[in-house]
Amino acid sequence: MKDDYELFTAETKAFIYGEQLRAAQRMLDFDYLCRRVEPSVAALITPERGGFEKLFWGTKEIRIPRITSLSEAASRFPAADVLVNFASQRSAYDVTVEALEIPTLRTIAVIAEGIPERQSRRIAALAKAKGTWIIGPATVGGVKAGGFKIGNAAGTMENIREAKLYRPGSVGFVSVSGGLSNEAYNIVARATDGLNEGIAIGGDAYPGSTLLDHLLRFEKNPAIKLLVSLGEVGGTKEYEIAEAVKEGKITKPLVMWASGTCAKVLPGQVQFGHAGAKANTAAETADAKNEALREAGVIVPTSFDDYHLKIKETYERLVKEGVIVPAADVTPPNIPLDYAQARAEGLVRKPTNFISTICDERGDVHNYCGVPIDKVIAEKCGIGGVIGLLWFKKDIPPYAREFIDMVLQIIADHGPAVSGAHNTIVAARAGKDLISSLVSGILTIGPRFGGAVNGAAEHFLYGLRNGLAPRQFVDELKKRNVRIQGIGHRLHSLENPDARVELMKAFAQKHFRRTPLLDYALAVERVTTQKKGNLILNVDGCIGVLLVDLLTELRFTDDEIDEMIRAGLFNAFFVLGRSIGLIGHYFDQVRLEQDLYRHPLDDILYDVPRAPEKVG
Amino acid sequence: MAQKGIREYDAKRMLARAIGEASGNRFTFDDRLVLVTPDTNLATLEKEHPWLLKEKLVVKPDQLFGKRGKNRLLLLDAGLKAAKAWIAERMGKEVTIEGASGKTAGVLTHFLVEPFAPHDAEYYLAFTSSRDVDAIHFSPKGGVDIESVWDTVVSIQIPVLADPAKIEVLSKLPNIPEKEVVAAFIQALYRIYVDHHFAYLEFNPIAFSQGKLIPLDTVAKLDDTASFQCSAQWGPIEFPRPFGRPMTKEETYVESLDAKTGASLKLTLLNPDGRVWLLVAGGGASVIYADTVVDLGFADELANYGEYSGDPSTELTYEYTKTLLDLMTRKPDPRGRPKHLLIGGGIANFTDVAKTFTGIIQALEESKDKLQKNHVKIYVRRGGPNYKEGLENMRRLGERIGVPLEVYGPETHMTRIVSLALEEARR
Repeated sequence: MKDDYELFTAETKAFIYGEQLRAAQRMLDFDYLCRRVEPSVAALITPERGGFEKLFWGTKEIRIPRITSLSEAASRFPAADVLVNFASQRSAYDVTVEALEIPTLRTIAVIAEGIPERQSRRIAALAKAKGTWIIGPATVGGVKAGGFKIGNAAGTMENIREAKLYRPGSVGFVSVSGGLSNEAYNIVARATDGLNEGIAIGGDAYPGSTLLDHLLRFEKNPAIKLLVSLGEVGGTKEYEIAEAVKEGKITKPLVMWASGTCAKVLPGQVQFGHAGAKANTAAETADAKNEALREAGVIVPTSFDDYHLKIKETYERLVKEGVIVPAADVTPPNIPLDYAQARAEGLVRKPTNFISTICDERGDVHNYCGVPIDKVIAEKCGIGGVIGLLWFKKDIPPYAREFIDMVLQIIADHGPAVSGAHNTIVAARAGKDLISSLVSGILTIGPRFGGAVNGAAEHFLYGLRNGLAPRQFVDELKKRNVRIQGIGHRLHSLENPDARVELMKAFAQKHFRRTPLLDYALAVERVTTQKKGNLILNVDGCIGVLLVDLLTELRFTDDEIDEMIRAGLFNAFFVLGRSIGLIGHYFDQVRLEQDLYRHPLDDILYDVPRAPEKVG
Repeated sequence: MAQKGIREYDAKRMLARAIGEASGNRFTFDDRLVLVTPDTNLATLEKEHPWLLKEKLVVKPDQLFGKRGKNRLLLLDAGLKAAKAWIAERMGKEVTIEGASGKTAGVLTHFLVEPFAPHDAEYYLAFTSSRDVDAIHFSPKGGVDIESVWDTVVSIQIPVLADPAKIEVLSKLPNIPEKEVVAAFIQALYRIYVDHHFAYLEFNPIAFSQGKLIPLDTVAKLDDTASFQCSAQWGPIEFPRPFGRPMTKEETYVESLDAKTGASLKLTLLNPDGRVWLLVAGGGASVIYADTVVDLGFADELANYGEYSGDPSTELTYEYTKTLLDLMTRKPDPRGRPKHLLIGGGIANFTDVAKTFTGIIQALEESKDKLQKNHVKIYVRRGGPNYKEGLENMRRLGERIGVPLEVYGPETHMTRIVSLALEEARR
């Protein structure tokens, strides 16, 4: 059992209320640094989810339970007597009031800022009635050197190490401000044998426990020999301290300063950072408080500039008088750096497993190949421009964007009968979802369905690159019994040209600087149409050759073009464009509530042998 | 943050809206109120508020200062025409108010217009709060300086945990006519005081006439942290700055920067000719730096109070520093003495010191010529994450821009740079 003046020891167990994994990790790191036997965090109270959280204990990981309610946590861990309440301004009051009903909780630190004063006053009154300690609201908390730390108190591990908080010294410190507690711990560490316990009561007008409450606690604690405090302008609590000193309730030496002496030269409307830091009457000024404290026998410096000297002086006197036997130094264990921090500080490196050269989503605005997404939209890059950035890693000119748009529009659909659409429709009618139906259509894209684009590009490129005259090219493929891809149409002919092909040709001839592969394909067309009028360059062929010409326009080398073709460039356009149509077919079938498709039997030739051939 | 004064107009508007429900529909307040601002078109005022033509009016400035009668800023029992003329004559004029805490000069911008209410008695009534109790103060002698008749005031203390619906006032009131009506009224007002998170509410006087309390002069403060639960009760509420000196352009700019971010940026210009300028991180530390300048006898030379905290972005610290440096280097000291810039702060908890210095360094670098011309000497003291790099960057900056610059870390007492600078300034 702890003595009543001790809120925290090296055995203290606490709950953390709220999603505060970093604070929890910092508490565990502090524990480890102090060579505590067991971690101080009993559980995280997170109403949204239970389970557990993995946190580090030195180099190894341990599991800390997540519990969804305070009452359950209290019944599972009756030894935990501290609640670090990180609930927000809106809910901190309710959580605290609930916690005040739990008898096993002895100390509640309320971190939130901006809790309404009436709620803070109620919390203080309820806590008083129950005999529960409240630290805060609006505080970082406090630290018991060598034993326990509330949440984020005392800052980084480096701060903690510098201020020797891993082992107890002789000084009890209490301040209003949490922001200055690191500074204060640093002062104490340099002027004395170190901090024993430090508390920031928080800057609100009505803190749940006061400077005096903690000083009286320190007074009773035999390990604490020297009291140090930092008050501020506003309120009248410092007078109670002066009274307590006069009445002999505080007998240990107390070095104290009330900040805010500058208030007298500031215009009335200046509100300092803290809600409570405002003098409404002469008695609330820092000057009056410092004077009253001095009169009562408190050691008050002439300004903050002497604060550390007064502490040092008093400490040295106590050592000389034999009241303090300076605490021995110990060497704390190492706390491994977190990888992220070590990396930020340039202490570690590791090879990456992934690389991306087309986009970056870190930073304020995502970018496509270095172009921020808002600029992509502002400059009307369009789908064509985005493809330029993400597929080709090039900022392509407007005509190229427009050409890609045109290709996608032409490819978007080719009726319900082709294999892709058919598959999508059948899958949709089988009740499958959008993705499954779309994919079953896309999966038919390949050498036969949509493959003509690819094939045409390859064939014509072969002819062109090998310097084959068009006639020679036609003859060679004929000899090899290969049909020239991209040539021939069921309906269209020289006399009845395909409008899509005409549009694309006209566009390319107008905007592209050169169209070498189209020119070659048209020369081949002149040969083949002599044979038959419908052996024209068809739409697949036209797309294939013009996409190659486009890459040439965009200054791709022959090797790069070959690489893109091998990687599936043409299928990429086909998959992207045709997905539009396939999604349309899916929606169409769903809206029409089409039933499961079953192929008519009379449309199937059944030619099954009477009996299978026996083998083996 | 926390307790903030509100306009009499808003206080009366809120009370008029709430008194019915709070009193079980027993009482009402007149809700005919007009707030005239610089944007109000006086000519068409009666179109929106036809009652202005029917009633005799009271007009007074509504800018968080009292003693308006004494300062001859109160128009009673006037017609609309006279009221408009009275306002027009005073709108935008600077006046000096004599109050409890001395003289304050400021510009008149807001006026409250309400019906003039003839009445029988004037009482004093106030609600206040302290740590353990709320208090209701009542005196049958209202409309005078209440301190001078404090022995007539009865104070009723209500513990903070008491149910505001179940308080008992009647037995504590002095002998006045229709005592139980007044008691019921006070109980209803107390309920509003609690529900609306008032931090202070004072009526001096509150009139009693025909079985009703009528607030005449009202002073109110709300606890603005309760806005998340009171927005419906409060309605559209504004927390005006206290009456006094309007903000300078630079202070307004810093306030606009502050409003843009979750971080905090504050600037109050005290003396543009002062030679000691503060650029300090952290609310607590900034007060202590200003304290130390004052405590070491240099209040007259303290040019500003200010702070930056809560990890502001590089851009914000740059803008803040630039604003401060611009003010600092408008003109060299007439006697050619150096000026002292204290870039101070305690040991940061988690803020990366080198990072927050980036914006400051950038602004200092750009102001190189002005700093040299004004004989500026810079002192830096800071600790916390990555402080060594931050301090080293500062030291190199000093060499680069040819401005004397001293750098200290946590091994040096936080305010040591104040005494160092002042020792120099004293020479």
